[in-house]
Amino acid sequence: MTAMRKANAAYPFGFLDEYAKKEVRRTILKAIAIPGYQVPYSSREMPMGRGFGTGGLQLTLSIIGADDTLKVIDQGSDDSVNAVNLRSFIEMTCDGIDTTDITDEANVIQSRHRIPEKPLREDQVIVLQVPYPDPLVVVEPSEDKRKIMHGEADYSRLLVKLYEDIVQFDEITISHRYPTRINDHYVIDPSPIPRWDVPKLNQSKALVLLGAGREKKIYAVPPYTDAEPLAFDDVPFRVESFNDENGQRRCCDRCGDNTSFLDEFTSSVGNKVYQCSDSDWCREQLVAKGE
Amino acid sequence: MGYVAIKGGGLAIKGAEDTLDYLRCEQGDSGTPLDMDTIEHQLRFLHGRVLSEGGLYHPKLAALAIKQSLGDTLEAAFALRAYRSTKPRLLETPVLDTSEMRVTRRISAAFKDIIGGQMLGATTDYALRLMRTELLDETPEAFRAIAKHWFNDERSDSDIPDTFPKVLESLRADGLLADVDKAAVEEPFDITREPLIFPVPRSAALATMARGETGSLLAIAYSNMRGYGDVHPTVAELRVGYIPVMLPHPVTGELIEAGEVLMTECEIVAMYEGDDDNAKPTFSLGYGACFGNNEVKAIAMAILDRSLQTGMKNGPTNPSEDPEFVLLHVDGIDSMGFCTHYKMPHYVTFQSDMDRLRTTQDKADAKSEGAMS
Repeated sequence: MTAMRKANAAYPFGFLDEYAKKEVRRTILKAIAIPGYQVPYSSREMPMGRGFGTGGLQLTLSIIGADDTLKVIDQGSDDSVNAVNLRSFIEMTCDGIDTTDITDEANVIQSRHRIPEKPLREDQVIVLQVPYPDPLVVVEPSEDKRKIMHGEADYSRLLVKLYEDIVQFDEITISHRYPTRINDHYVIDPSPIPRWDVPKLNQSKALVLLGAGREKKIYAVPPYTDAEPLAFDDVPFRVESFNDENGQRRCCDRCGDNTSFLDEFTSSVGNKVYQCSDSDWCREQLVAKGE
Repeated sequence: MGYVAIKGGGLAIKGAEDTLDYLRCEQGDSGTPLDMDTIEHQLRFLHGRVLSEGGLYHPKLAALAIKQSLGDTLEAAFALRAYRSTKPRLLETPVLDTSEMRVTRRISAAFKDIIGGQMLGATTDYALRLMRTELLDETPEAFRAIAKHWFNDERSDSDIPDTFPKVLESLRADGLLADVDKAAVEEPFDITREPLIFPVPRSAALATMARGETGSLLAIAYSNMRGYGDVHPTVAELRVGYIPVMLPHPVTGELIEAGEVLMTECEIVAMYEGDDDNAKPTFSLGYGACFGNNEVKAIAMAILDRSLQTGMKNGPTNPSEDPEFVLLHVDGIDSMGFCTHYKMPHYVTFQSDMDRLRTTQDKADAKSEGAMS
């Protein structure tokens, strides 16, 4: 992968000044020590928009070193504009790092909206970009009050919201950012990953770091930690269904796999097409099929 | 297929950058590139706004930011703010005394006469907003002649002093105003190094608003002025000028003047409030200050400082009194970034949304079919 841009001004390794990176690393340690707790940090402005992954970017820039191999994905793809943009910026400011598309080869993975299909390993860290760090924001706009609710593990209003959904729609309507309880206490917003990816957090071998730059919070799901989506005994948590009208599981139009999260779109001739959302997973299936 | 268009993202980004740069230069042979001095001086208010919202007093880089962002205030302030992230904080100034300001303008709406006198300075307040068509084809000669004649007038020998006492001092001497707030002497909260955790000290609120987006501050302050609030401010003093920045000498520790910054400062006085501790009632105060010449911002900030203090004391009764509402929504870099991000692909989450809607629709269909049979 070639770096497409060069910085004209001289920037320090990782763009941020050393004090800023140190602060982020200390915040990460605290986040790991208190699983699921949103640790406030000062959050520097990055040269890309708030909402484009500045929280994830600060995490990546603070933990990456010249020996690391980085993968950046957005919507599951390494080649989407935002992923390309973030990766080229990190390459530009972190001399000597390697970048890759291949999930297996990366030890730092920054992602927006997806966790790779391939199970991650202990030697990998996944950094998720977070727009809304607090799952309680749907029931309580004041951060001050939410902080108290978290401290008391008071998620009753969130559960009432789920219950009201069932009463009104006979379904829990939360599609993504599904509230997930970590280590039996704090409930987190797992970032806008689909429900499909939520079970991957549970007892994950890889460290999961979540960074919200605009909202100035860092939190973590440490390796081998329980992550349990909120649900009721008689209404279990369910991931997205990719079954067709006959109940058959749809498969990827490219690789034929029928086990991954699929993107749905309309082809140029007007028919519905489904493809793997995780582009590296799709590539790997094609390789396995010898294509 | 639409999906594939997202591939080749790198080329697309490069293409977008090149196209934007072409737009900057599309005048071609008839164009002259903007130089930094022109931006700093002829687009003075824009420049000041970017300095202030960028939260970094670097006139040259602010001019560059305006040039490279084609005059977009949010983008320009953003570039300056991002540059700031690469710099460590090495020193702190002591609290600067704004009575030391080399004033170019100061007015008071509270008194007809103030010690030192009113000084209207440069303002559009009483300008007739008529089109100055003579500027359409302004020649360089006509342009230069204005500056040349300026210093030939007798005003150059005027005996107006550089600095003026503060209007508030006389109010305070008369016992109409409370003593200086403790926020003025306690260690100021550095919003660039610490996150806001509510409740926040007043200095954190002031710092957040000082680099807030002008329009955002104005909108919330205006809501208070119109009736979603009750500040009813009187501008005790509004001043614009240059404040000397004092820094400790690296060896001797003695304070030395490192330079000066152009600032706008506004102090508003509001009606007194009943208090609980039976102390003598006094007028209450709101404070606003920002880099550059931006009076709307300074006044709006002063009103919000007042309304926030009310909200912190008695609990907020409207948005402009709610510290979380005001302070978390006035930053232009945050709000424009998040607004812009909605343009990015969201198809994974939308896939998830469709899954929920279809499931709910299927259930509703099954229910209504069941009801019909």
